[in-house]
Amino acid sequence: MIEIFGIPSQALFGQLLIGLINGSFYALLSLGLAVIFGMLNIINFSHGAQYMMGAFAAYLILQYSGLGYWPALIIAPIIVGITGVIVERLFLQWLYKLDHLYGLLLTFGLALIFEGVARNYFGSAGLPYTVPESLQGGRNLGFMFLPNYRAWVIVASLTICIGTWFIIERTRLGAYLRAATENPTLVRAFGINVPRMITLTYGFGVALAAFAGVMAAPIYNVSPQMGSELIIVVFAVVVIGGMGSILGAIITGFGLGVIEGLTKVFFPEASNTVIFVIMAIVLLVRPAGLFGRRT
Amino acid sequence: MRKTLGLAALAAVLFCGAANAQQINVKIGVLSDMSSLYADIGGPGSVAAAKMAIADFTKDHPNVKVEMISGDHQNKPDIGTQIANQWYDVDKVDMIIDVPNSGVALAVSQVANNKNKVFIVSGAAASDLTGPKCNANTVHWTYDTWMLANGTGTAIVKTGGDTWFFLTSDYAFGHALERDTMAAVEKAGGKVLGKVRHPLNTNDFSSFLLQAQSSKAKVIGLANAGGDTINSIKQAAEFGIVKGGQSLAGLLVFASDVAALGLPTAQGLVLTETWYWDANDANRAWTKRWHEAGAAAGKFPTMIHAGVYAGITHYLKARLAMGPGEHDGKSVVAKMKSISTDDPLFGKGEVRADGRVIHPAYLFEVKKPSESKYPGDFYKLRATIPANEAFRPLNEGKCPLVSG
Repeated sequence: MIEIFGIPSQALFGQLLIGLINGSFYALLSLGLAVIFGMLNIINFSHGAQYMMGAFAAYLILQYSGLGYWPALIIAPIIVGITGVIVERLFLQWLYKLDHLYGLLLTFGLALIFEGVARNYFGSAGLPYTVPESLQGGRNLGFMFLPNYRAWVIVASLTICIGTWFIIERTRLGAYLRAATENPTLVRAFGINVPRMITLTYGFGVALAAFAGVMAAPIYNVSPQMGSELIIVVFAVVVIGGMGSILGAIITGFGLGVIEGLTKVFFPEASNTVIFVIMAIVLLVRPAGLFGRRT
Repeated sequence: MRKTLGLAALAAVLFCGAANAQQINVKIGVLSDMSSLYADIGGPGSVAAAKMAIADFTKDHPNVKVEMISGDHQNKPDIGTQIANQWYDVDKVDMIIDVPNSGVALAVSQVANNKNKVFIVSGAAASDLTGPKCNANTVHWTYDTWMLANGTGTAIVKTGGDTWFFLTSDYAFGHALERDTMAAVEKAGGKVLGKVRHPLNTNDFSSFLLQAQSSKAKVIGLANAGGDTINSIKQAAEFGIVKGGQSLAGLLVFASDVAALGLPTAQGLVLTETWYWDANDANRAWTKRWHEAGAAAGKFPTMIHAGVYAGITHYLKARLAMGPGEHDGKSVVAKMKSISTDDPLFGKGEVRADGRVIHPAYLFEVKKPSESKYPGDFYKLRATIPANEAFRPLNEGKCPLVSG
């Protein structure tokens, strides 16, 4: 067996694959954040809470209607996306003209409220949610045992990420959206309903977070604090990738997942700080992030 | 006239003073994790248990007036220390209880020693609290890592699980549990093949579980608690660890964790606890009252909550025996050590010289879904470990109070 840096190559490839899987969660979440910040200039600190709401929505859909994982993948993001739309209409639309900090404070406060309500009703130990039947089990790849569900996570995440990037960068709708954020007055003059586009974009970003939440429910503990643990890392990912760049968020998400996975092999105690170390270095060298286009 | 009035006022004040001299004033602080991964095993449930203990005691002894406050240490030793300092110094708290999270508990134990107040640990596990870090102001109730290691660890080695790999939470509790279980496993004739440390509050264990799988150990010891244990067990099922022939040893598992996992995932887990809500009628009745005292419906009390109730009851017994007036922490703890414990929840036991409270421990196995008849029906009893065997012998702890 070949050994690389003292670790058998089999173990290393297994960890790389796992890093890729974790990276797909980071990519999905940072995509939503990048869309919201890039398009709307809002620092959406309630992204983690919305991810948690997606997971809880999946659990509640199962409890009250008996619908399982596959319907929940579509219904939960829609429900949470609608709450995002309501938040935007009620609160966020007044903050666009102000400093970024106000949006941050508001969304942070909302995150605390959502988490507190969830903890009040459900406790903090978490709720059970099982992997759907069709995705249970796994296959032995030789160098590791890959659960089918984790393979599905990579596939779904890649599809959604590439699809979103395509819509925003390559379609007319995406072009309208990008134009609307650069020069809303001019775009409005052409008869395009800018406020509605912004609202729907925020709702879409929130729905992305909820989608990630539903994907996480079977494998991670569905608890009120599941989002707050993840959101700090996701922000670091977005900052490294460049706050306005969709492609940057996707590539950085996957890349950092792999780096974190390697750290878990060689120096596991540092695995939850390595991303921040990288963020500090990137900010020193390239303040706009690796792919960022704002100065 | 004025002189008469003045004399009457003086007499009234003195008379009131004499009446109040019979009253014993106690202030208790419940310090717990109210919002994070340990909030279900301690948290608001501990506050409810404390309220019950105070209500039950003051009903029988109306001359004892107890005030209670609660706080959230958020699993951070610096915040826990700051709250403890403020409570002891400014808010005149006499006794702090609970504190899940061994890192915070070790810090608060030092504070209690410095300020000469009382600290009763129900939530934290590190056996160092009655070992090298023991002091005359700290009493360790409910459980500790040595008891868990020897209860669960020894039982598993005896049934054939003789090679181990540890998945350890990287802070005081995880280190203590890993150390004590390694010692118990090796004493019973087993071997430890390796270990990996993960940060507290980790979401994804796939990488660590992969390392555990490649070690080919028969048993994977989970030296973590709360949300970390739940995630480890859930993801171990996903990676086919149990199907592949390895078994999981949940070294610290509570009824609330089993509820979060669901019986299909948790069935077969072997664990050691010192109190179970469904063990007998007295415990069931206590659980009903616990729900009425403000605990969340649908949740079940853990042994930590029971420990808060028992600890407060015993402390108040000691305070009652000492009478009114100010008493420093060391003398109250000494009094607690001189009275043997006998409460409705843990049965007969005693507070040892090193601060360790001993009572029987129970080896449980999680039921299969088909064996569970109602919500909360989680455990079947495998063995009872008598009090004097369940905890580390007094002379092995390296506690300065004992050898000195």
